[in-house]
Amino acid sequence: MTISIDPQKTNNESLQPKGWLRYFSFSLDHKVIGIQYLVCGFLFYLIGGTLASAIRIELASPMSDFMPRDVYNQVLTLHGTIMIFLWIVPVVNGAFGNYLIPFYVGARDMAFPRLNAVAFWLIPPSGLMLVASYFVEGAAQAGWTAYPPLSITTPQSGQIIWILSVLLLGGSSIFGGINFIATIIKLRRPGLKLMQLPMYCWAMLGTSLLVVLSTPVLAGTLILLSFDIIANTGFFNPVLGGNVVVYQHLFWFYSHPAVYIMVLPAFGLVSEILPVHARKPLFGYTTMVFSIMGIVVLGLVVWAHHMFTSGTPPWMRLFFTIATAFIAVPTGIKFFNWVATLWGGKISINSAMLFSCGFIINFVFGGITGVALAQVPFDIHVHDTYFVVAHFHYIVYGGTVFIIFSSIYHWFPKVTGKMLNEKLGILHFIITFIGFNLCFAPQHWLGLNGMPRRVAEYDPQFQFVNQISSLGALLMAISTIPFLINVFLSVRNGKDAGDNPWNSLTPEWLTSSPPPVENWEGEAPLVEEPYGYGKEISEQK
Amino acid sequence: MLNKNIYLILIISLVFSISFWIGFNVNLLPAEASINAPIYDELFKILFIIGLIIFIGMTIAVIYSLFKFRKRNDQIGDGIALEGNLSLEIVWTIIPSIIVLLIGLYSYNIYDRMGGMKELNHNHEMMSSNTEKIWAGISQTSDNELAINNLSIEVSAMQFAFLFNYPKGNFISGELHVPVDQKVSMKMESKDVIHAFWVPEFRIKQDIIPGQPTILNFTPTKVGKYPIICAELCGPYHGGMRASIIVEEESDYNEWFNKNKKPEVNL
Repeated sequence: MTISIDPQKTNNESLQPKGWLRYFSFSLDHKVIGIQYLVCGFLFYLIGGTLASAIRIELASPMSDFMPRDVYNQVLTLHGTIMIFLWIVPVVNGAFGNYLIPFYVGARDMAFPRLNAVAFWLIPPSGLMLVASYFVEGAAQAGWTAYPPLSITTPQSGQIIWILSVLLLGGSSIFGGINFIATIIKLRRPGLKLMQLPMYCWAMLGTSLLVVLSTPVLAGTLILLSFDIIANTGFFNPVLGGNVVVYQHLFWFYSHPAVYIMVLPAFGLVSEILPVHARKPLFGYTTMVFSIMGIVVLGLVVWAHHMFTSGTPPWMRLFFTIATAFIAVPTGIKFFNWVATLWGGKISINSAMLFSCGFIINFVFGGITGVALAQVPFDIHVHDTYFVVAHFHYIVYGGTVFIIFSSIYHWFPKVTGKMLNEKLGILHFIITFIGFNLCFAPQHWLGLNGMPRRVAEYDPQFQFVNQISSLGALLMAISTIPFLINVFLSVRNGKDAGDNPWNSLTPEWLTSSPPPVENWEGEAPLVEEPYGYGKEISEQK
Repeated sequence: MLNKNIYLILIISLVFSISFWIGFNVNLLPAEASINAPIYDELFKILFIIGLIIFIGMTIAVIYSLFKFRKRNDQIGDGIALEGNLSLEIVWTIIPSIIVLLIGLYSYNIYDRMGGMKELNHNHEMMSSNTEKIWAGISQTSDNELAINNLSIEVSAMQFAFLFNYPKGNFISGELHVPVDQKVSMKMESKDVIHAFWVPEFRIKQDIIPGQPTILNFTPTKVGKYPIICAELCGPYHGGMRASIIVEEESDYNEWFNKNKKPEVNL
């Protein structure tokens, strides 16, 4: 079980560039790779956010008047693809996973540092390729789901570049997943038991299992789709005897677990943040672990709930309804446990805590509409409408993106050794929370009353509510300004953080800030109780 | 302790009454114009109320915790070292499981009443061959005697229009005219990419798939003109792919039908 790391083998410090240049190098340091993922992801978030703003400008009026209709479809396709594959998945897995997991298991780096660097360096070229496809013949315009036959009949070059790009990003994700599983299972410091790991390790273990099990299915599907496009095969092309619904099954076999690939790591991160700022142990550690694994298992058998109107036999609709609704149980347990973690604590109300609480409120809302959507008769009316758009933005933005911001406020002092400004942070939270809810809450009503998703024009009766939604989007765009100012000011002139400004007990705080190249000057500490707040061990601090 | 419990009961009953009040008084749905619609709205109301109770309850719990347990300036040290409470955790595993199971069974019942679990029968001479595979949609009231009197319509969808073929009258219309209170049975097929047939006032939707016919049955209950909306991304003009369904009294419908009817041509 013990894998000793020979310092001379991994210490290739002298070969690596120093200072900020190392962030542009093929660095093998997991901390550098983590920051590379984060910054790269954030840049794509800005691009995806710009596209989202373009969509909301178009939808501020009922006519299609802001951009040509085919460009609108390209914009919504790129928005979805960028936000999922280049922002949320890489950041919530790659960025925080790489930065934190080696600390949490007491290792000096990930199990496969070179694979790790390769996984990151696949992302910028494939992302740029995806964005650049707009300038070739127009980007893909069949939505991020790329349903055939639409994806076969729209201009080919954009769709093929889209497939190539998603394949590379999927590859990157699989490399990362294998690396996380190996690191968590095999690189644990001697004496550290699985059930003593911080919750984020369990979340990443579950997520990585989903990545490794389901991403290859997406890859295979997209390769078949590309054959249909360039080689005139007929896997999914009905003209040649193919079946379009089979594609949907294969696609959602990956893309539903992809939702958990986006939210499980967020569940892990919030489990690290809440106990520190509430000064209380994480409530119900064991049930949290089991509910993560329950979500992993159930998450693999719910994909057809995306296809309730596509032509599925009744028994299948029923099975997927029940399976989907039951995901609410382990998920609900986690939310009750987080609230119980807050209960009776000594809570510091700071930006990290506010974003985490915003996450709880938004995600509960998105989860409730999710249970409703799982019911076939309910879904038949609102499927493919703005109700669904609102639901999944509550999950991935109100849920995961809120946690990404919470995590940035929480770990910024560790990474840079400086504190972020709290006033700007709270301002950022308030604008984001109001803007987000203003943007997406009214969309539920739009969907219920007859506005389908992915449209550039709509019934004029929906104009007022769409304008409220666009106003919310404007606030969300504005909310990045105080955040960016905060980050740039604090990196240079922020208050010194010291090694452990939050008095946290998790292992990454038990070294200097920023940490040395191999994480600890001496041996890695053995942290048996990462959440032992209120106990003697923390009294000694 | 007693006081605390009274407050708790007070808050819980307040949350319940607010949720029920909103659930019964706030209507978020469009007009009800088919047999499906009131059934759907019944499910919606129940889900809405349960959702509101959970959401309001959780939000209050979070905000109350933030306020009540916030760290005061003079405080040092940690909160209580409470790592879990097995009986509490069992309670909040079992109660949601029961709620989810009940919702599932209830929505099964709703789905059955909508006709989702019934065998599909699209009665039409031209397509009664047993070899043809037809995919599920929704099928209401499949009493066989009623089914014979179905109004059968063939729907073709293409970029970016719906066409409605009335085989009995041998004509094609761009508007869907149907008589009120009579079951309509549609066989739908797409000429190019995937489309979807959605009438919000009817609470029904079914994808229209190339190479694979789908069936959708419904019974309109209210005279009026309602939009038919394509709900599946189908190309640049997807947003403009709409048609109208006109539900009219039987006499008006017959007048319209006879005006458009073409004489049967024997081949």
